[in-house]
Amino acid sequence: MDIITAALPILLKGLEVTLYIFVIAIILGFLIGLLMAMLRLAPIKILQWIAKVYVDAIRGTPFIVQLFFIYFGINSLHLVSLNNTTAGIITVAINAGAYFAEIIRAGIQSIDKGQTEAARSIGFTSAQTMRFIILPQAFRRMLPTITNQSIISLKDTSLLSVIGIADLTQQGQIQAAATFEAFKIWLTVGVIYFIIIYLLTILANFIERRIEVR
Amino acid sequence: MSIITVKNLRKSFGNLEVLKDINAEVQEKEVICVIGPSGSGKSTFLRCLNRLEEISGGEVVINGHNITDPKININKVRQEVGMVFQQFNLFPHKTVLENITLGPIKILSKDKAEAEKKALELLDKVGLKEKAGSYPGELSGGQKQRVAIARALAMNPKIMLFDEPTSALDPEMVGDVLEVMKQLAKEGMTMVVVTHEMGFAREVGDRVIFMDGGYIVEENEPNQLFGNPQHDRTKAFLSKVL
Repeated sequence: MDIITAALPILLKGLEVTLYIFVIAIILGFLIGLLMAMLRLAPIKILQWIAKVYVDAIRGTPFIVQLFFIYFGINSLHLVSLNNTTAGIITVAINAGAYFAEIIRAGIQSIDKGQTEAARSIGFTSAQTMRFIILPQAFRRMLPTITNQSIISLKDTSLLSVIGIADLTQQGQIQAAATFEAFKIWLTVGVIYFIIIYLLTILANFIERRIEVR
Repeated sequence: MSIITVKNLRKSFGNLEVLKDINAEVQEKEVICVIGPSGSGKSTFLRCLNRLEEISGGEVVINGHNITDPKININKVRQEVGMVFQQFNLFPHKTVLENITLGPIKILSKDKAEAEKKALELLDKVGLKEKAGSYPGELSGGQKQRVAIARALAMNPKIMLFDEPTSALDPEMVGDVLEVMKQLAKEGMTMVVVTHEMGFAREVGDRVIFMDGGYIVEENEPNQLFGNPQHDRTKAFLSKVL
């Protein structure tokens, strides 16, 4: 127990980094997803194509390869200099963005065409129709899948430890190596991830109930 | 001057030509009922009047706006043309009151209190004032359709289009909706009604248009069209539905 009590403050420091990266990346990822879903549904071929290439490229490659490409690959060109936290945030955001794009596209397409027709017949522009009528309804349907993807992205942040980000997993590694108590340390790290994800699930359920589909 | 003028209107879906050379005029305050078998193009015709269907050819002029002109702001024209759908299409995430006030607030920039006052008057008119706070999912079909009519009226339209407004209703709900429409006709609203309610067409319509195969086969005053149809196709149709 002493081992855990001693390691816990350090692990929680790591958790802070994990959550910081997760929150920024998931918001960025959602915005990217929204944008890509709009491009995908736009009546212009080239825009649809851009979104499709993006989604296919991200879905078709492993997360860790994307991370190495952005951190080592892009930095090796010496055009920009990304520190590891920035590269980590970008990777998680771009990765989640591709999945969000598909979730949002499917959510929008699941709303009955009559909703769009009714809104347009009143005189709403297509942007207003999307904002006031379609997205609020689609969002309710998307919420469980959005939660799911957010949880996956949170877990993906643990891979950022390989580029030296001092997240929860990285701190776990350091503590396990320093204490030779791998079992206790990794169990503790696992429990912390579990609690955070469990809280996230409770939050999602709460929001879901608040905006229950009528 | 007529409020709706349709000249040589054509509409195709791919290779399928649904409307072939439609010509029609509607005068202000007229109630036009459009009847005909399924697939005759009557709903497509109606939906071309506010360009919910892109028009393949010809000209449609609504209250002086040529909506076939690509430069026209169709959203502005649609504000003058209310539409009621077979499937109601109320916004399920909004209350009855919000369904009605959304357009006036967001499009006409009315303030909330003013929009709500008007909405409550309209709800009173369709007999549903007590449902203002309900969600569409809590209403019966007939109630939904009356809210949909109130929603369309909230934009102060010059013309109302009805696309089979009672076809999705239980028989005992039909009367309430038709009653509201009759009242509207009495107040002088210009209406184009695609319907299977021959009784309504006969009683309320100033003129009845019979469509078949993408053409207007015959149009006349209801008494003439129902009592003394000129074309064999009209006779055959009426003999089946009357």
